[in-house]
Amino acid sequence: MRKKQRKLVITFESTVGAMAAEKYCKEQNVPGRLIPVPTQITAGCGLAWAANPEARERVLSVLKQNAINPERIYEIMV
Amino acid sequence: MIYFDNAATTLQKPKEVAEAVYEAIRHLGNSGRGASSVSLQASRVIYDTRVNIADLFHCSDPSRVAFTSNSTESLNIAIKGLLEPGDHVITTVLEHNSVLRPLYQLEREGLEVSIVPCRENGRFEVTDMERYIQKNTKAIICTHVSNLTGNKIDIHAVGQLCHENGLLFVLDASQSAGVFPIHMENDFISALCFTGHKSLYGPQGTGGICLGDKITVRPLKVGGSGIMTFEKVHPNVMPTALEAGTLNGHGIAGLNAGLRYVLEQGCDQIHRYEVALMKQFYDGIKELPGIKIYGDFSGWDRAAIVTLNIADYDSAQVSDELNQRFGIETRAGGHCAPLMHQALGTENQGAVRFSFSNFNTAEEITAGIEAIKTLIYEDME
Repeated sequence: MRKKQRKLVITFESTVGAMAAEKYCKEQNVPGRLIPVPTQITAGCGLAWAANPEARERVLSVLKQNAINPERIYEIMV
Repeated sequence: MIYFDNAATTLQKPKEVAEAVYEAIRHLGNSGRGASSVSLQASRVIYDTRVNIADLFHCSDPSRVAFTSNSTESLNIAIKGLLEPGDHVITTVLEHNSVLRPLYQLEREGLEVSIVPCRENGRFEVTDMERYIQKNTKAIICTHVSNLTGNKIDIHAVGQLCHENGLLFVLDASQSAGVFPIHMENDFISALCFTGHKSLYGPQGTGGICLGDKITVRPLKVGGSGIMTFEKVHPNVMPTALEAGTLNGHGIAGLNAGLRYVLEQGCDQIHRYEVALMKQFYDGIKELPGIKIYGDFSGWDRAAIVTLNIADYDSAQVSDELNQRFGIETRAGGHCAPLMHQALGTENQGAVRFSFSNFNTAEEITAGIEAIKTLIYEDME
């Protein structure tokens, strides 16, 4: 298994938010990708947007511009 | 890409399935709505699919087969259309949320629900079920195969128990239709709920419910039926009773092509092939350090599902690494089977599920085994 790294992990109330995050981040060349929600957040499944913590402001600004509301924002080892 | 998530949906389908959908979109009208040539053509395709479904499940009459969008819809129809407040129903910890959540919903309205636990190996015996029968028990509702462990229920014994005690038997065949023989009459099945997009190799959005003789189900929805237009009440004849609104004719045409493939190959041959893959995979990983495999592998009369964890690693991370580094698609997390995860002690870690189909190959299994070895051994270096 690869070594865990510190990541920005953003969860959403539904998959719609996660898919929208991917669409707009990709459009604006903001780094990151969709991952399964780590079980340390919830074992209840779902998708989250993960990116390097340095990209935090850019990711959050894209979400804000496009009226995508995160459920929670984490910086955790994944 | 290697696809090992066939218990979620089969990705590789017979090419005839896609061709049938393409042809249907170009040529089929609305089945059961008028007698134009294209409407009749849709009706013919849908009728032929009913016949093939009835044939596969030994349902007494194709008119007892109603199409729905998936197993979840079929199970909601069966559960909400057969049970009343004050009734008692028996189900099991193996169930998917498509069984549990409709039951929990009715429980709040006065349905009594007993949930049969499993033994340590994730299975239960039908005798474990028998002792839950009480005066007001109306039905037993259970899955044919656990979507988490792949272990199979003896549905003939459950059906026999229902028959002897005058109970309805509702079967969730989501993981078994197309792989294991199901005989509605011999197994005393009152309502069989299936989906089209898994081992029947049809498109997503197809599925159905087959009713036993003399079983009447209150419909979940009413509306357009193409017949009895001036009646205020939706027709109560099957299958129209459970098919309000335009059917997914294009999808059903694809499902029919999938069914033809399954009927031509035969469930037994498909199962034998999938078991060989499962056995190769299981034997290749079972002794690896830190591997935990869930369910009973004492015999091979089981579905081609191997669910595991590697030490205490997050199942989501393992599945993600298999995807990102090896191009292997699996499913992590809770698999919509909360009680089974609790019974197996995996509610926090989740588990990584590998599920195989008739389109996987021995080479792919070898690659899967090697990927798991890499994940385990690189930690020890």
